[in-house]
Amino acid sequence: MSGLIKWIDDRLPIVDAFEKHMSKYYAPKNFNFWYAFGVLSMLVLVNQLLTGIWLTMMYTPTAEGAFASVEYIMRDVNYGWLLRYMHSTGASMFFLVVYLHMFRALMYGSYQKPRELIWIFGMAIYLLLMAEAFMGYVLPWGQMSYWGAQVIINLFSAIPGIGEDLAIWIRGDYLISGATLNRFFALHVVAVPLVLVGLVILHILALHEVGSNNPDGVDIKKNKDKNGIPKDGIPFHPYYTVHDLVPIAVFLAVFATIVFFFPEMGGYFLEKPNFQQADPMQTPAHIAPVWYFTPFYAMLRAVTFNLFGLSSQFWGVVVMGAAVAILFVLPWLDYSKVRSIRYKGILSRIALTIFVVCFVMLGYLGTVPTTEIKTLLAQLGTLGYFGFFILMPFYTRMESTKPVPERVTTK
Amino acid sequence: MKQILTALILVLVPVLAIAAGGGGHLDNMEPDLSDKASLQRGAKIFTNNCMGCHSAQYARYKGVAEDIGIPKDLYVENLIFTETRFAQLMKNAMPSEQAQQWFGVAPPDLTLTARVNGPDWLYSYLRGFYKDESRPLGVNNVVFNNVGMPHAMVNKGGLCAEKPHIGAEESVDPATGEVLNDGVCDDWAIEGSMDPEEFDRAMYDLTNFLVYLGEPALMDRKRIGVYVLLFIGIFFIFAYLLNREYWKDIH
Repeated sequence: MSGLIKWIDDRLPIVDAFEKHMSKYYAPKNFNFWYAFGVLSMLVLVNQLLTGIWLTMMYTPTAEGAFASVEYIMRDVNYGWLLRYMHSTGASMFFLVVYLHMFRALMYGSYQKPRELIWIFGMAIYLLLMAEAFMGYVLPWGQMSYWGAQVIINLFSAIPGIGEDLAIWIRGDYLISGATLNRFFALHVVAVPLVLVGLVILHILALHEVGSNNPDGVDIKKNKDKNGIPKDGIPFHPYYTVHDLVPIAVFLAVFATIVFFFPEMGGYFLEKPNFQQADPMQTPAHIAPVWYFTPFYAMLRAVTFNLFGLSSQFWGVVVMGAAVAILFVLPWLDYSKVRSIRYKGILSRIALTIFVVCFVMLGYLGTVPTTEIKTLLAQLGTLGYFGFFILMPFYTRMESTKPVPERVTTK
Repeated sequence: MKQILTALILVLVPVLAIAAGGGGHLDNMEPDLSDKASLQRGAKIFTNNCMGCHSAQYARYKGVAEDIGIPKDLYVENLIFTETRFAQLMKNAMPSEQAQQWFGVAPPDLTLTARVNGPDWLYSYLRGFYKDESRPLGVNNVVFNNVGMPHAMVNKGGLCAEKPHIGAEESVDPATGEVLNDGVCDDWAIEGSMDPEEFDRAMYDLTNFLVYLGEPALMDRKRIGVYVLLFIGIFFIFAYLLNREYWKDIH
């Protein structure tokens, strides 16, 4: 065995790579619960790739055959239902763990210097994930696949001048059709996953270059022993590889509970109208995107007024786009002297709380039909969402921060 | 600990919100796929009364027969009326264009109807027909207004002269102690060959079968899920102990 490793290592630096990224990558020893969601995202990604490959073997990417082929997988393929439910549950769980992973970064200032690039790669992953999920949802060719895609792609036609042509270019047709399904299949199965995996590698390489942040936001590289090893660092392998097995087991239990007992999750993971084949002649009574898009959908619908001679629909699209775009510049909005929420002032704590409340509220509002009150709430939520970012340069400078300890703290 | 609680709340709030939803004026129907006799009776009603017009084009006769426990020769003899072979999909002979001319709308495929509408709705719909002369076929339905389908089982279930009590709470007259609203219908326009309780049971069986038809995996997945969770539980114990062993020196 060691002979084989040496043979390879003489030709490819595998020992060096293993040490750099695992056994001699020193991570802070005070990681808490919130640090599990990175590895869990990776676990779900692998789940999506593997179940996706097997689903592709049995799926028919045509408007005529797609819906029936999904039912063929559910009925005639041995354990096809398990593959399909793992994939559909995985899509929702991917967003759940990614949202919690992002929240962790917000809490502990993991986007701050020198980790700006890690954050940007992360946001690019998030953006691609949304595209991946959106196109994947069209593939079963159910009513909600069809009409959801119709609504979202029609958004592009709100752009003045080029809008209509742009929407036709994306669809490859004048309405959602087999042509759209074919290209979405290609993008969902080949193009986007390829870029996604590449970005995940960049995300981790950038992380391992500067080192992980921690709940205290303390730079562990400032305190090294005589061997040059951070005093508060421990080798990622075996300490964190073993440590992560515990949250992985908990996560798998939740995942299996959904897959085996609640695969539709009350219509939130698999929407009921999607068990009906796409019918361009019949619009469902209530079109709602899947839950992970609903905060942005609520912001889109919150814009109800025309401005500067442009339609409210156009401004809705602008607001929705800006809601995602603003995430990218976050590292340059935070002027705080400290990283972690533990040592930030009261204003930052209030701002983060309001932000989370707004985001969850918008998520709920995006699932239900609008009323006057709900539109007002969505408008307030949108203000809260953007306020968190736009006011950040001010409140992070105004507030007084607590002193940060020299070394990391453990309970 | 506080952080774990916060995260749990973040995760559970949407889940609880989902659990709290639902309602509406429908009769409750709890499917029981372990009741093979009920599924077999349901399959018989489905084949005899529904498949004349409706297909179940994503399911196969063979799969249904095996899942609900009807031997092949018995199934082929009694429950396949067309020239279709046992392993083929449950399509039917009615051309959908003609059907559209006859009924105004082509009878929908019923394979997934239980997943779209839910068992409560189906159970209520099947028992919700009543006499309405203003409609072309003389019948209407309390849960599906202006329905295009005739009451296919009128000879068995009869036809109510007015809107049947679907989703009504059973109430007791405080003066006499008499149970009100105990039956679905007070006044019958056409008497059926089954008495009302018998017909309700038959419609329970049919709904039960449709729930099975919507998701055959339902027969297995919960049973398998228990074993998977047990395995993950054991894995958790080992992961927990291994982690404790490795981390006992880290302070």
